[in-house]
Amino acid sequence: MINRILNSSFFSILTVLIFLTVFWYGASVHLNSDVLIDKYERKKVEWDFSKLVNDSWSMKRPIMPAPHQIFFDMKKSIFDQKITSKRSLVYHSWVTISSTLVGFAMGSFLGILLAVGIVHVPTLNKSVLPWIIASQTIPILALAPMIIVVLGAFGITGLLPKAIISAYLCFFPIAIGMVKGLRSPDLMHLDLMKTYNATKTQIFWKLRRPASVPFLFASFKVSIAISLVGAIVGELPAGARAGLGARLLTGSYYGQTVQIWSALLVASLLAGMLVFLMTFLESSVKKRMGSEI
Amino acid sequence: MKIAGYSYQIFITCFLIQIFFSRDWMMLSIRTSLFAIIPVIASLIVLYRGETIKHISGKVIISLMITSGFFATLGSVHENSKNISWGIWIYVLSLLILAWQVMGYWSKIDTTYNKKIAITINLLVPVMFGGLLLFLWEMLTVGFQVPQVLLPPPSMIGVAIMNSLEMLWADFQQTFLKAVFAGFFFGCFLGFSVAILVEKVPFLQRGLLPLGNLASALPIVGVAPIMVMWFGFDWHSKAAVVILMTFFPMLVNTLTGLRSTERMELDMMHSYAANYWQMLFKVRLPNALPFIFNALKINSTLALIGAIVAEFFGTPIVGMGFRISTEIGRMNVDVVWASIAVAALSGSFFYALLALIERQITGWHPSFRAS
Repeated sequence: MINRILNSSFFSILTVLIFLTVFWYGASVHLNSDVLIDKYERKKVEWDFSKLVNDSWSMKRPIMPAPHQIFFDMKKSIFDQKITSKRSLVYHSWVTISSTLVGFAMGSFLGILLAVGIVHVPTLNKSVLPWIIASQTIPILALAPMIIVVLGAFGITGLLPKAIISAYLCFFPIAIGMVKGLRSPDLMHLDLMKTYNATKTQIFWKLRRPASVPFLFASFKVSIAISLVGAIVGELPAGARAGLGARLLTGSYYGQTVQIWSALLVASLLAGMLVFLMTFLESSVKKRMGSEI
Repeated sequence: MKIAGYSYQIFITCFLIQIFFSRDWMMLSIRTSLFAIIPVIASLIVLYRGETIKHISGKVIISLMITSGFFATLGSVHENSKNISWGIWIYVLSLLILAWQVMGYWSKIDTTYNKKIAITINLLVPVMFGGLLLFLWEMLTVGFQVPQVLLPPPSMIGVAIMNSLEMLWADFQQTFLKAVFAGFFFGCFLGFSVAILVEKVPFLQRGLLPLGNLASALPIVGVAPIMVMWFGFDWHSKAAVVILMTFFPMLVNTLTGLRSTERMELDMMHSYAANYWQMLFKVRLPNALPFIFNALKINSTLALIGAIVAEFFGTPIVGMGFRISTEIGRMNVDVVWASIAVAALSGSFFYALLALIERQITGWHPSFRAS
């Protein structure tokens, strides 16, 4: 019994996490100690190690905040504020999430559309597909500030510019994944469809589309994560009024490290949730399609 | 073949319509009108001597002749974009249909038997398509006088690149040669070494692998402001962001690669009385190479993104991310595009270099032989 617990992955992950937390507390003391010792010596305060540890875990603007400080800041800004307040992380998360989802929907739609075109039109396949693959190697995120500022100059602000950034970030993986998926049926299956005298449309709906579902969800999981990154980076330029990216930026302007860390943690939680949502969707769709998983 | 014929007829009809009703764009200079007529001759040749395009040399000639039409419209639009007549747009539209048709010929060539032709075609058609996009971009932005702030024409971006080569080179040095390279190599090395250490302890493996997978979905770029606070404005903070971004993909991929060796192969090594290091260097690492290269390729893109985004949070007055974020504030969109072009080029060269090395080193691996 004990062996089974020790060998379970849950236990291993827990151990690693606990180790990371302990390491974090240690690092927090180590990184903050220089500033604190400097302060003690200037003010000529008597200090010992336990005072140093205590102080470095409760600094107002620490270099490295301790986990519980972040936790309390998160609790304060998530549960103690009204959801509509600008100090509430729920509000900022909602701003980010909404543009993430809109962008993801736009990008998926375009990506799937293009993939269908590529699979059916040979010229598109030869001419566009190499560019799509090559575009994976360039840092498209560098375009983000330009899109925000240029669209802003024409009066388009708010959700749409960020959604556009998210959309073109997740457009490429989805297009590539879908092309792979739509081409995944065996030659045998395609031949069988041909013996049934199936039209191209029938082959598409009855063979290619179901075969592409696993590939589609694999791309979805990648895309939703980078869609979130796109939304966050999209919030950096143009004054940054709301959203998790704005929290990061204002935090870095005013040296509010705790605020940066809590925004970062919330962003990570959101990413985890979005990917989990996709995994859940995947398993339920696969179940409905009669897959063994 | 039927639709092919139509595209030539469409082109000739459109040409005739615009020459009767709106031809002034063609009459700007002798050269323009000459260049504009050549594609018409090409279409007539194809219509009346269809066998011309069956041979490769015929295809080349027809393609070149059609290309001259693009030069005609470009020249006309650059000379006089203020009062341009509608005829040119009909011409451009029908020319595009024609070009699409020609690209169709090229992509339909049977490349199963000749590898050299296959490579040429697979390069040629995308290049044609890229050229077509550039042409459209230039035509539309110049012809419709799109505000330069919204989208500068490619020619202007080219001029911007030429004018600011020195500045772009300094940015490239700061961002790519310092931050990206340092971070990339250190991050990948760290991920690789940790993977080899962790792999010896199954307990850690079970704990780290899911967390590493999770980390690849996290918006790690967000640590950029923290790193800038810790390591200052210079490239060190950017390298730190890059290290964090490249670490997890390398860790996860190397671990997966080391586990991909089959039991049988390990058993055989065991029967040779091979020790751990021999097994590692002779069987497991070579087997893991495709995974490692996969991580390197993923990381090459991530590293550039990390360095550029980190520069949005604070930097000395040099660097690609800095250039992009400040020049856009001053509405110098052409310089921004020039910077983006440099970033895109260096990103794809980096990737291509890694892919080339991969092909050299892991050419023996089944995953390569299959394709």
